[in-house]
Amino acid sequence: MTRGHSLGTSVAHLDEYASAETPIGRIDPRAKLLTTIAFLVAVASFGRYQVLSLVPLALYPIALIALGDVPSGSLLWRLLLVSPFALLIGAFNPLLDHTPLGTFGPVHVTGGWASFASIMLRFVLSVSAALLLVATTGFDAVCAALARLGVPRILVVQLLFMHRYLFVLVEEVSRTSRAFALRSPDRSRPSMRVAGTLLGQILLRTLERAQRVHSAMICRGFDGEVRLRRELRWRAADTAFVACWSAFFLLVRSHDLTRWLGTAISGAIG
Amino acid sequence: MHMSDALVSPLVAASAWAASSVVSVLSARALKRDPDDRRVPLMGVLGAFVFAAQMVNFTIPGTGSSGHLGGGLLLAILLGPPAAFLVMVSVLTVQALFFADGGLLALGCNIFNLGFFPSFVAFPLVFLPLAGQRPSRSRLALAAVLASVVGLQLGAFAVVLETRLSGLSSLPFGTFLLLMQPIHLAIGVVEGLVTAAAVIFVRDARPDLVPFGQATSPLAFRPIGRLGGNVLLTAALLAGVVSWFASGKPDGLEWSIDHAQHQGGVRPPESALHSFFSGLQSRTGILSDGTERASESWPAVSPRGSLAGLAGAGLTLGLAILIGFGIRAVRRGASSNPARSLE
Repeated sequence: MTRGHSLGTSVAHLDEYASAETPIGRIDPRAKLLTTIAFLVAVASFGRYQVLSLVPLALYPIALIALGDVPSGSLLWRLLLVSPFALLIGAFNPLLDHTPLGTFGPVHVTGGWASFASIMLRFVLSVSAALLLVATTGFDAVCAALARLGVPRILVVQLLFMHRYLFVLVEEVSRTSRAFALRSPDRSRPSMRVAGTLLGQILLRTLERAQRVHSAMICRGFDGEVRLRRELRWRAADTAFVACWSAFFLLVRSHDLTRWLGTAISGAIG
Repeated sequence: MHMSDALVSPLVAASAWAASSVVSVLSARALKRDPDDRRVPLMGVLGAFVFAAQMVNFTIPGTGSSGHLGGGLLLAILLGPPAAFLVMVSVLTVQALFFADGGLLALGCNIFNLGFFPSFVAFPLVFLPLAGQRPSRSRLALAAVLASVVGLQLGAFAVVLETRLSGLSSLPFGTFLLLMQPIHLAIGVVEGLVTAAAVIFVRDARPDLVPFGQATSPLAFRPIGRLGGNVLLTAALLAGVVSWFASGKPDGLEWSIDHAQHQGGVRPPESALHSFFSGLQSRTGILSDGTERASESWPAVSPRGSLAGLAGAGLTLGLAILIGFGIRAVRRGASSNPARSLE
């Protein structure tokens, strides 16, 4: 049940960095959301064999880490924890695609290895961009941006409520798991039948909690409408943020900066 | 079973995003037409429940592997299609943002695969007709198993289709499909049984909390709206569940890929659909990808050119990291002087 524990604690930690007063923290959440989307589209738009020309895009996550005071170690650790779906699918490419592409000294590069490397690089870039969006913005601010960008209110309220009760429910599950472990020291995991009962027990407590939360909301004057109060101010710096980064992504997409830099350096040496 | 950003092309991602957005807006509208202020905290807490419930790993008999609840079908039974779909959207969004499960670009695909199919297809079309108003235990279990199997099969098929249309993986369509569908059949059975066990447990303890036969229950599924609303809302209940079948042991999807490895396989002829989308992609300029010839995009075929490319990549990355350190150093130095511009 280790995944669960890391689940609870990592949700808490990722959000914490956002409160810091940093240049990135002051940027409007909408600007960061739009730039993240532009970045993801830029990453995904590269061809399947393109590896090296993707590298300059790493400037964006690196700049965000530096400007947002995000601890890069915990970010890297999180990348490693991520579900290995992309890695597993990508790992087939070297086995299946033998298109010759070139040689590095004695090493022959096939299309399979190139596309595998490309998938890995895309994975690192897009995953770190998503994590950095939350780490530098905070979940509440991301939700405020979503609401202002036209996402249905019900969905935004749902995201906020769910995030708020995540930790409560994770603790509930931890207590239930501990109770199971104390009563079944010889088993590492419950059987399917027992799991159904455990989950039913947790579900029962969840439903009762929802009733209590609702009563508490009524006591505080809840009338069926959740009011989101968060002022967002779009400044010139936000426009500049979106514009400069989008221009950079377009530049990387349209010009092979890596090759240009590589040719320049090998020309200077040789 | 989450689709990943690294495997999806912009065109496929955009289509899935569009489809998921439309369903989200329609679901939100349906809930608005049928206001119930108890639903706000209920949906929020159940979303957190689905998250937390995935921490409970259990042994799957006869396989030596372990699994956990997905949650989509359970949500649909408790909340009805539109609300269940929106809860799945929130669960998948938080997973994408905090854990990078799937990623933001592939979120549209994941919402569709894990949210739409269980909520709007498996629940209304399979679970409800089979379970009826006051199902017995065995009938409830049967309906839950069949509904989660249907939801998962559709979801797994969608993953294969999306991966193939994106063109980044070399995995042959047929092999991928043959591995994904059977493993998700097994996952569906397990998911259905555990869902039924949890629902039966709650129904026995607090019949008032489970919708069956309780028209007044806040949880009761009420068909809302007419025309399009009917189709959508009736469909949404059962799905998001399927994919989180991971724990210490390989996930269903990883397992099937693991086995595909031993079969090798020949690349099947490109399907007409795929060539259509490839053509579309290459015509859309910057959005084109996955279909380029190798020689166009690899830096150079000559050894010298390749080395230059590699050196350039190292240099670029080094430069980017240097800029990062530079920003940090400058900010530390100027920490007393906070008004620095960003770009």
